[in-house]
Amino acid sequence: MAQKTYAGITVDVNEEGYFTNPSQWTKEIALEIAKEENLVLTGQHFAIMEFLRNKFLGGEALSIRSINHSGVIDVKTFYQLFPGAPLKKATKIAGIPKPVSCI
Amino acid sequence: MSTEQNYPIKKVNLICAKGAIEDVYATLVMGNGAVMEGIETNIFFTFFGLDAIVKKRLDKLHTGVVGNSALRLPGGFRMPTLLGVIPGMESFTSWMMMGQMAKLDIPPVSEFLDLITAGGGKIYACKLAMDMFKFKAEDLSEHVSGILTIGEFYAHAGGEGSQIIFT
Repeated sequence: MAQKTYAGITVDVNEEGYFTNPSQWTKEIALEIAKEENLVLTGQHFAIMEFLRNKFLGGEALSIRSINHSGVIDVKTFYQLFPGAPLKKATKIAGIPKPVSCI
Repeated sequence: MSTEQNYPIKKVNLICAKGAIEDVYATLVMGNGAVMEGIETNIFFTFFGLDAIVKKRLDKLHTGVVGNSALRLPGGFRMPTLLGVIPGMESFTSWMMMGQMAKLDIPPVSEFLDLITAGGGKIYACKLAMDMFKFKAEDLSEHVSGILTIGEFYAHAGGEGSQIIFT
C-alpha cells in the first residue's frame, strides 16, 4: 500500500491517490490535496465533502444524482466547484474511496 | 520516460435512434457517465429516439414485450411472445423495469437530461426525424440545445480523441 504525506501527516492511499483509511483525513489535508488538483477550497466545498463523507461512512453508495438531494448544492454547482470529474475529485479530496457507481 | 502512448477519450458523440426504455437508458447512462468523467459529451436523438426528448413522452417510455427474445419473467423463465399481446402487459413490464432501475438510483429520463446538461453535456434533436414525425421545437425538453442536420452533427463531433457511438 502506498503512503503520502499531507500537512505533515502520513496517510495510506491506493495507487490512484484515494484514501484507504478515511479516519486519517483532516481539513488541513484536504487543502493540500486540493492544491494538487489546482483547487482553492471554500465553505461550499467543505459542506458538500462533509455530505459525501457522511454518506460514505453510513455505507451508502455515492452518485452524482445524490448531490441534488444533499440540501447543500445542486449538481450544476457541484460541476463548477470541482471542474472536470467532480465526484472523483471531491471524494479524493474528502479522503474517501473512489465511488464505484455508474450513475 | 515511458514510451507507451496514452490516447484518452476526450469527447463522445452518442446517437440514439430507438425509443424503448433500454435503448434510451443505454444512451443516457453512457452520456451521463462521460460527463461525470469530464469528457465533452454530445447526444443526438433521431427517429424513435426522439421520444426521449419530447416533453409529453420522455417519462412514459415503454419496453417491447413482443419479439423481445431476452425478456424474462420474474424467476428467470422466458416470457412467451403470446403473453406479450395481452392488453396492459407492455405497460406492466415497463413499470416493473422502471421500478427495478429506481432501486438502483437510476433517475427518470427528465432528471437524467437535467443531470447531463448540468454537467455541460449537450442534447440535440435530428432535423430530418423532427420533420418526419412533425414535431416542433416547442415539443422538445428545455434541455435540448438545438436541432441539427446530420452534417451539423458531424461538425459538432470533430476533434482529437473524439468518438461517435451508435447505441
